[in-house]
Amino acid sequence: MTDSKAKEIQVKPKQEVTSPAEQTKPGVVFTPSVDIFENDRELTLLADLPGVTAENLTIDLRENTLTLTGEVEPFERANEEDILIEYEIGKYYRQFSLSNVIDQSKINANLTDGVLRLTLPKVEEAKPRKIEVRT
Amino acid sequence: MFYRRLFDFPTRGLGSSFRELDRLQRQMEQWQGALSRGAFPMPSAGVFPLTNVTENNDSYYVRAELPGIKSDELDIQVTAKGISISGERKIPVEGNNVKYHRREREAGKFSRLINLPDDIDVNKVDAKLENGVLTMTIPKAEKTKPRQITVK
Repeated sequence: MTDSKAKEIQVKPKQEVTSPAEQTKPGVVFTPSVDIFENDRELTLLADLPGVTAENLTIDLRENTLTLTGEVEPFERANEEDILIEYEIGKYYRQFSLSNVIDQSKINANLTDGVLRLTLPKVEEAKPRKIEVRT
Repeated sequence: MFYRRLFDFPTRGLGSSFRELDRLQRQMEQWQGALSRGAFPMPSAGVFPLTNVTENNDSYYVRAELPGIKSDELDIQVTAKGISISGERKIPVEGNNVKYHRREREAGKFSRLINLPDDIDVNKVDAKLENGVLTMTIPKAEKTKPRQITVK
């Protein structure tokens, strides 16, 4: 990542979800950009959720399916008229299937500056063990 | 489906149906455009960050989504007719032995200039960064504000 200093961010329009399964409220739904990585101990997920507050974020882990839902309050006031609109505001929704078994009691979620950091520790038996090959 | 989206919109105020129509129209244009010149979604300046500009009688409002950016990493400058937003989005390296499943978030520098339609009051510009959303309130210059004329 040494060349990241010179790099410029490219515009990436928000990705609209085409058919979210359990959409109950009308409105636009977007897919947040995420980074997911793991080490031996835990799985970490970072998601860009601009405009979402902690109260409006729902993280749901059921079986092996992780669901993120973030509601965004419209921040435009009623008396404002549009001049230039390049992005829209809507809900964020994304679902992930986790292959590892997660220790649900130790999940840690932190939302700062519109970025969610979710730490999902693996349960003991899911951690990799080195297998000794006997000769 | 269309009717539901048009009328059943509790969170947005009056005029939302027009906005919805606007949105629909833009989407139609996008699809038309996508057919002729390859997939290129929402009309935009092609510069990060994507920006929304609105106005009322007193001010312009400039909003941009900048998740993960701290206020001291953002440089905002104001001229008589426009503002410039620049900075760098840093994504720290997460240890050496991590393995990535997804990597969609981008880091890098950005700078953007937004020209406003009319003169602004340079001294009263207010910017706040909240939950990764930048909101700038830019008062219009006194001479450009609409004035109510009383008919005697």
